[in-house]
Amino acid sequence: MIKLLENLDRRWIFLAMALCVSVPILVIGLTGVTFPETPTPLAEAFFAEVDRAGEANGRQANVLIALDYDPASAGELSPMSASLVNQCAQRGHRMYFISLWPVGPQMIDDSIQKVIKRFYPELVYGKDYVNLGFKAGSEQVIKVMGVDLTAEFRTDVEGTMLSEIPMMEGITSLEDFDLIAEISAGYPGSKEWVLYAATQYDIPLVSGMTGVQAPQNYPYYPTQMQGLLGAIKGAAEYEFIVNAYVRENIVRKMLVKNGIDDETSRTLASDLDQIPTWTTTAAAASMTPQAKADLIDAATGATPGEFLEGQRRMGPQLFAHLLMVLLIILGNVIFFAQRRRGGSA
Amino acid sequence: MQILTRSIPLFITAVAGVVMILSAFFPYTSDWGKFAGQFFNILAAFAFVLGGGNLLKLHLKKISDQRPGWAYSGVVLVCFIVTLFVGLMKIGAYPNPTYPNVHFSGETQGSGSMFWWFYEYVFKPLTSTMFAMLAFYVASAAFRAFRAKNFEAILLLGTAFIVLLGRTFAGVLATGWIPPDSAFSGLRLENLSVYVMQVFNTAGTRAIMIGIALGIASTSMKIILGIDRSFLGSGD
Repeated sequence: MIKLLENLDRRWIFLAMALCVSVPILVIGLTGVTFPETPTPLAEAFFAEVDRAGEANGRQANVLIALDYDPASAGELSPMSASLVNQCAQRGHRMYFISLWPVGPQMIDDSIQKVIKRFYPELVYGKDYVNLGFKAGSEQVIKVMGVDLTAEFRTDVEGTMLSEIPMMEGITSLEDFDLIAEISAGYPGSKEWVLYAATQYDIPLVSGMTGVQAPQNYPYYPTQMQGLLGAIKGAAEYEFIVNAYVRENIVRKMLVKNGIDDETSRTLASDLDQIPTWTTTAAAASMTPQAKADLIDAATGATPGEFLEGQRRMGPQLFAHLLMVLLIILGNVIFFAQRRRGGSA
Repeated sequence: MQILTRSIPLFITAVAGVVMILSAFFPYTSDWGKFAGQFFNILAAFAFVLGGGNLLKLHLKKISDQRPGWAYSGVVLVCFIVTLFVGLMKIGAYPNPTYPNVHFSGETQGSGSMFWWFYEYVFKPLTSTMFAMLAFYVASAAFRAFRAKNFEAILLLGTAFIVLLGRTFAGVLATGWIPPDSAFSGLRLENLSVYVMQVFNTAGTRAIMIGIALGIASTSMKIILGIDRSFLGSGD
């Protein structure tokens, strides 16, 4: 057995990895079942910071969303972007998209198409969100934006002058933003935003990043970086929190629209399991049968697949990690067997 | 010629360096920093041109020398030139609605443009595939290289197991029996993994970061003062 393992062709390992990744993808794709997530304090802090953006200044929040990654890291990071945009849109924040990576504009466009255009068609470009596109110069762009944003960005990605975009009124530098939300795959990325924007101008910053980057950014949490999402695990946790928040918010709005007072709406929306039972009681007498059906649907209906990508990808990650652990153990069994035989390991 | 190759670059470096330091500490000089930063961005844009030129030079040389794999260089050059042409000419790009009759007012990478098509159906699948292949090589490396040869390696292995399992549902399955509100909840793998990252990793990373920062500050001062001239090249 040891002999067989010693001479194991690495293509068998490749095949095992391919199966560990592809089988869960197929099973999750067919059944829609995902593993339950327990959010860590890091993901909760990320969510809370986005949620309270603008409250300190008593206004609709201006959130600068920097998507600094490319398709290579999109598997890990695009679920974070989707959930971030979902939360901001649901919360009513104004979103200013930029990127310091050449292919970042495509990542921005992807998030806009996948989330805003599809689930928030009522949001108006130039009033609720704007795409400022890519700018070359890495951290220098951040430094200049700290003093004068228009010196870096004179037009949006479509070539419209910033002065013609309503939501750019009053935005002159980084200090006019209530929050910087950054999704990063390397340089320039989270570290540069911490050094040249968040710390220097005392602007709250939350950042999502690849697993390789996360260990280097932990020292900034929570003083210089108020929320941190690491890899697909962080994305899945954040996605889980945002999905629950969005569902609760939609249900609450529907209840208020149907004449239920704000306090009752809040209580009911925070316990969605109650909704189907509650609609049969006298308190829901004012609601039409259609409104009740819509409410039950909103409270219990399936979450759109776009907002489950992170949780779905935890399946392949589980089996790939288990394979890695198994391979390390097997490798060490061979190593010790060789050592006992007196071979050179 | 020494003025052009040595004195002027040293002078520019010293002035830009001092301006950047001043702009960080004195609000009155923040506009100077902005000015220097804008120059840097202009240079960064030129770096793209230099990068393109260098790519052409290297691959043309490889093709002309008929070195092994020169055909791949041909593929690189064709792709580079076609993408550059399509992007610069904004082929297939829809004009900006404000200026519907001006072809060049449109977004280069806007949906439907040829540049967008190249990105969506060529660049995106290729880069994703390249990155995904890492999983196979990492698995192979884990089998062949990750050995418990000494105490440090055993510590590293133990930490790797905690993080690998703690970052998945396997951690919950393995240690889910420990009540989350008990005194031992910190031993649950998902909590241990966070503890490893937030305590041991952070302590180590901080030490490295402080060392790097001191090194950068000292090197920057040497460059600004003209003591370190290695960036000028040619043995200076």
